[in-house]
Amino acid sequence: MKRLLTAVTLLLWAQTASADEMRMAVTTSFDNSGLADVLLPAIKADVDLDVRLLVVGTGQALRLGEAGDVDAVLVHSKAAEEKFVAEGHGTHRREIMYNDFVFVGPNADPAEIAGATSAADAVQRIEGVKASFVSRGDDSGTHKAEKKIWAGAGLDSAAFGDWYRPVGAGMGAALNTAAGMNAYILADRASWLNFGNKADLALLYSGDPALFNQYALLPVNPDKNANIRNDLAMKLEGWLTSPRAAELINGYKINGQPLFVFNATP
Amino acid sequence: MVDIWEGLSAAFWLIVQFDTELWEISLRSLRVTLTALVIASVIAIPLGTYLAVQRFRYRRFTISLINALMGLPPVVVGLVVYILLSRSGPFGVLNLLFTPTAMIIAQVIIITPVIASIAHQSMRELWAEYHDLLISLNTSKWQRITTLVRDGRRNLLTAALAGFGRAIGEVGAIMIVGGNIDHVTRVLTTAIALETGKGDFALALGLGFVLIGLAIVVNLAIHTLSRTEREGQW
Amino acid sequence: MVSRLFPLTLQDVAVRRQGKRIIGPIDMVLDPSGPTMVIGPNGSGKTTLLRVMHGIERISAGSATWAAPDSSKHAFVFQSPIVMRRSVVENLAYPLRLVKTPAAQIKETVDYWLDRIGLTPVQNSPATRLSGGERQKLAIARALVRKPDVLFLDEPCANLDGRATHEIETLLQEIAEAGTHLVMATHDMGQARRLAHDLVFMLDGKIHETGPAATKFSTPETQALAAFLRGDIVT
Repeated sequence: MKRLLTAVTLLLWAQTASADEMRMAVTTSFDNSGLADVLLPAIKADVDLDVRLLVVGTGQALRLGEAGDVDAVLVHSKAAEEKFVAEGHGTHRREIMYNDFVFVGPNADPAEIAGATSAADAVQRIEGVKASFVSRGDDSGTHKAEKKIWAGAGLDSAAFGDWYRPVGAGMGAALNTAAGMNAYILADRASWLNFGNKADLALLYSGDPALFNQYALLPVNPDKNANIRNDLAMKLEGWLTSPRAAELINGYKINGQPLFVFNATP
Repeated sequence: MVDIWEGLSAAFWLIVQFDTELWEISLRSLRVTLTALVIASVIAIPLGTYLAVQRFRYRRFTISLINALMGLPPVVVGLVVYILLSRSGPFGVLNLLFTPTAMIIAQVIIITPVIASIAHQSMRELWAEYHDLLISLNTSKWQRITTLVRDGRRNLLTAALAGFGRAIGEVGAIMIVGGNIDHVTRVLTTAIALETGKGDFALALGLGFVLIGLAIVVNLAIHTLSRTEREGQW
Repeated sequence: MVSRLFPLTLQDVAVRRQGKRIIGPIDMVLDPSGPTMVIGPNGSGKTTLLRVMHGIERISAGSATWAAPDSSKHAFVFQSPIVMRRSVVENLAYPLRLVKTPAAQIKETVDYWLDRIGLTPVQNSPATRLSGGERQKLAIARALVRKPDVLFLDEPCANLDGRATHEIETLLQEIAEAGTHLVMATHDMGQARRLAHDLVFMLDGKIHETGPAATKFSTPETQALAAFLRGDIVT
């Protein structure tokens, strides 16, 4: 009993010790890439800042920012981000880097998207043979990007039949579903490369600039409440746009493949 | 296809290599859950016992309510606690969101009805057995409750362990209110969800086996303690 | 010998459950000078009468009044002994702990009763492991640790063999001689004859006949009691 009470006390005590510690909501695709494991220790070493990541979908990340429960948001959905800033939830939007989305599907490639000429062509081929396609369906940045591609190809994803499966799940869970169903799916390259359960899936199409995926940092408006550490968010922004960050981001590779392209303007 | 053996071997290596991160999240799991268990038991056991010995106007309703709350989806609990603890919510000034304390609060809400309901069941049986004697001895309400709790402590332990089982394996609520922050609020269940999301089924399964092992160890430890206590007493 | 608690006056007492009459109407004054045996066929209301007297049964009509109301001065032994899920020692100590008796006094009293009922060797075992006879002796001893003036017993030997019954009867006689009033329901006529000073005969929820055992056994007033004592089926 005494030990438990001590544990509780210690636990409560542990929370009050927060010197330079900030919270940032990030998307699952960012965390799944593994880049955070490289950047966070470097941030700690360079500017003595503990960044606590809340890994959620883009929709939830922006909600956490709106509620003032995090100090900054790092997501990839330009329209939603601009709305976030316009509504006064964030102080500004700062582009940091981009990676790209890739089309993943069964090795046999029944829709023959490996020979597609563009992202729009790829999705038209999938729709043409009604090949199984798993959609995130969770209003995340990736989901929004996917819907944009369907729309760009003149197709209405809301009217699709049974072959189109919105699963309402994160990137990893959606990839697991696609692996289980041997279906096509749009994924960010980092999540795909780091994904451990590839089964019979393979990367079939990538490279169209329409598939570029811009990440931007949104410091949360400090007027929301007294606990928001805008100073730390600014410190983080300073670091994320520095040459040191550029070097680490551009140099990050999985299986010899670079994932991110640093494109912050000084 | 990843199979169970890979999970078992992952669990084995994690344990024999004394993986510090595994220790950290396992201890946090235990700390959060045991704290929640103590708080929930302190509320639920007297409540369940009181409902067994005392008749009052809304007793049936209260019991039904507790039984209904047992089926409350943890995600809903998590969401409600999130809204309450959010900096934009009524208790935002406490700044408790995304801390272990927030996870404890959510778990207390989830397991208190479970413990209270099971405690009430077994206390009702014991009360039927003791009723005439305790009335005959002119006991006060408080004496009745303490007598039932003392003599029914082994059944109450079962109730508490049921609560422990539900809390230690819970992921939906603590994911929302804890945020699964590395080194702060990551526990075994949220780590399992994370590794599953990454498609690393072997590691996820390995952590799952560690979780099961932890639950077994705690159950055995508590049962052993209660046995030695009983032999000393009787 | 007669306790100051008595007489107990039952006035027009009735107990009904779900509209069904269990006992009543009953009018009686209980002021005994020795053990009182309550006899009667099954279902005649013996248990309910004892419970009314002890004050643990809700009365639907009438009143039960002690000359000096003090519920701590009487105790009850139930037909199937209620054994607490504790050690033998703790079962005996329980009524004393309820009234915050000093530890030394508890030990003294409990040791005395353990010895008296022959359970000293098993004092630390769970009471739930005792045999039927030992359980009933334990229940009687537990009822006596607070030194009550009146002890109600509801067929304490109903499920026991001859030897255990004999031990308990001996114990009860000793208690009675030491000044505790026994009010006991029994269906065993031999036991009633051995223990009774006064007799209460119940039939169909009412008191059919009552008086000193010495005369009632030899010269029953009513047909029903005569038939009951002969062993006939009486309803």
